[in-house]
Amino acid sequence: MTALTDDTLPVTPRAMRDEMIVFVVMALLLAAVPFSGIYPFFVMQALCFALLACAFNLLIGYGGLLSFGHAMFLGTAGYCSAHALKVWGLPPELGILVGVAAAFLLSVVTGYVSIRRQGIYFSMITLALSQLLYFIYLQAPFTHGEDGIQGIPQGHMFGVFDLSKPTVLYYVVLIGFLAGFLLIYRIINSPFGEVLKSIRENEQRAISLGYRTDQYKFLAFVLSGTLAGFAGSLKVFVAQNASLTDVHWSMSGEVVLMTLVGGLGTIFGPVVGAFVIIAMQQYLASFGQWVTVIQGAIFVICVLTFRRGVIGEIAHFLRRSL
Amino acid sequence: MQALYAQLLVGLINGSFYALLSLGLAVIFGMLNIINFAHGALYMMGAFVAYFLLDLGGINYWWALLIAPIIVGIFGMILERTMLQWLTGLDHLYGLLLTFGIALIVQGVFQNYFGSSGLPYAIPDQLKGGMNLGFMFLPVYRGWVVIFSLVVCLATWFLIEKTRLGAYLRAATENPTLVRAFGINVPRMITLTYGLGVGLAALAGVLSAPINQVRPLMGADLIIVVFAVVVIGGMGSIMGSIITGFALGVIEGLTKYFYPEASNTVVFVLMVLVLLVKPTGLTGRAA
Repeated sequence: MTALTDDTLPVTPRAMRDEMIVFVVMALLLAAVPFSGIYPFFVMQALCFALLACAFNLLIGYGGLLSFGHAMFLGTAGYCSAHALKVWGLPPELGILVGVAAAFLLSVVTGYVSIRRQGIYFSMITLALSQLLYFIYLQAPFTHGEDGIQGIPQGHMFGVFDLSKPTVLYYVVLIGFLAGFLLIYRIINSPFGEVLKSIRENEQRAISLGYRTDQYKFLAFVLSGTLAGFAGSLKVFVAQNASLTDVHWSMSGEVVLMTLVGGLGTIFGPVVGAFVIIAMQQYLASFGQWVTVIQGAIFVICVLTFRRGVIGEIAHFLRRSL
Repeated sequence: MQALYAQLLVGLINGSFYALLSLGLAVIFGMLNIINFAHGALYMMGAFVAYFLLDLGGINYWWALLIAPIIVGIFGMILERTMLQWLTGLDHLYGLLLTFGIALIVQGVFQNYFGSSGLPYAIPDQLKGGMNLGFMFLPVYRGWVVIFSLVVCLATWFLIEKTRLGAYLRAATENPTLVRAFGINVPRMITLTYGLGVGLAALAGVLSAPINQVRPLMGADLIIVVFAVVVIGGMGSIMGSIITGFALGVIEGLTKYFYPEASNTVVFVLMVLVLLVKPTGLTGRAA
């Protein structure tokens, strides 16, 4: 049986140099956005989703676990941050901390339950758990049901940076994204990441080598969920609201689509995928429901014809790991 | 007490849909190794085909019960031949992703043409009205749904577990190469199995059309509950999915009576509890 990420290339010292070059280019390009005339809110939104997709990819691309419920971390962190900022009046940095802590706790609980089943069952459990949370948030008073939490104050980060100024907000979001991205990159290239990859390739063999694979998978799940929560907390400052759409299962599907389009198990794939999908939603908005049909068609085309995704195909062509 | 019986009945009806849908999923999973995410969309198509048959062709409910599953089943077989077939030998997660894409396309197309609001479908004349059972008033159509779906479930179980065709099917799940060597056309059998599973979903759609309105997203949220049912039951056996489906419908109905706030979530909570105690599911084989 061909695994999901069979085509990923091994990481060599040369590959790591390539990856750092690409990272620096990406960071410089993103840093130049406010001077380029590109609508910064579009890029900020895309950056939040890119971080979410990277966190998701940590789990599927390196652990071989397809979570179909990652929206629950995005939404939970979003709601908790929004509540902390608006009702408790906490400053932005503490608001983010509350959201990330909530996502951490949630991922510990859901990870403990879902890691017990493998393959497709794992995907269905994560999906069902996120639907459970959707109904809870629909009924819980603090989320204000269909209205969501709106008009969230942006405040001053560390008492200095005024987040209501678009350029300041942009750089804060960008730094948050780059920090999250580097952390994921570090995790992938650590001894822990190597064990994770070995589990993806052949779990039975990893077990026979003496690794407690369940613990590794659990830790990967918690790291991925917590980082996805960080993306959700950042998104609150960009969108200035937290709503049910962020928890709905269609959001989880979108995250999978972003990662699939960019390339499962590639480092830069999820970022490219997130930008492609967000740009598509932005510029095809006038087509109404046809956007759903187009997204579905992209899913089908990706699975049938180019399973490596954009970055995966490029990496394969250049014989470089990206 | 009246309200309790009414909720029990609603639970049994929902249970019929859970059982029919999870049964179809189990049949498809057994042969194709694919979790059919498009199952909810195909259930919705069943209801829409029944609506069109009546609205455009004047074909009544009884014929729709037969024709709609065949039409949707053929649509499913075309899907299998043109797309799903190419995934043989790949990780099963690709099947989940492909059928998820198909579900988005089908639901999106229907939403474009019919919006999100529902279309009405009348209960057929023969099943109108109700019966007084002494302790409660039973609407005839609802009783019919429960009995009819129970019969269909048991017939499917009989077909797969007790007939020669079913034996081939089960053998082909175990060892397709060997079964092929006996001169049985396994790819055709796979296509027909997918058609059968999809037909069961469409049948559930026709049954639900007079109760729930015919809506493009009617299958979208239902399918996730059915996935939870499948996780609880474990998809190990055909009978397992039937019993789990009905049982969970009833439990949901009881929750609606005793603690309505939890009625949307009780199935998911049960799933968590079952997984904590028995990670393989109630009737499940190891994944």
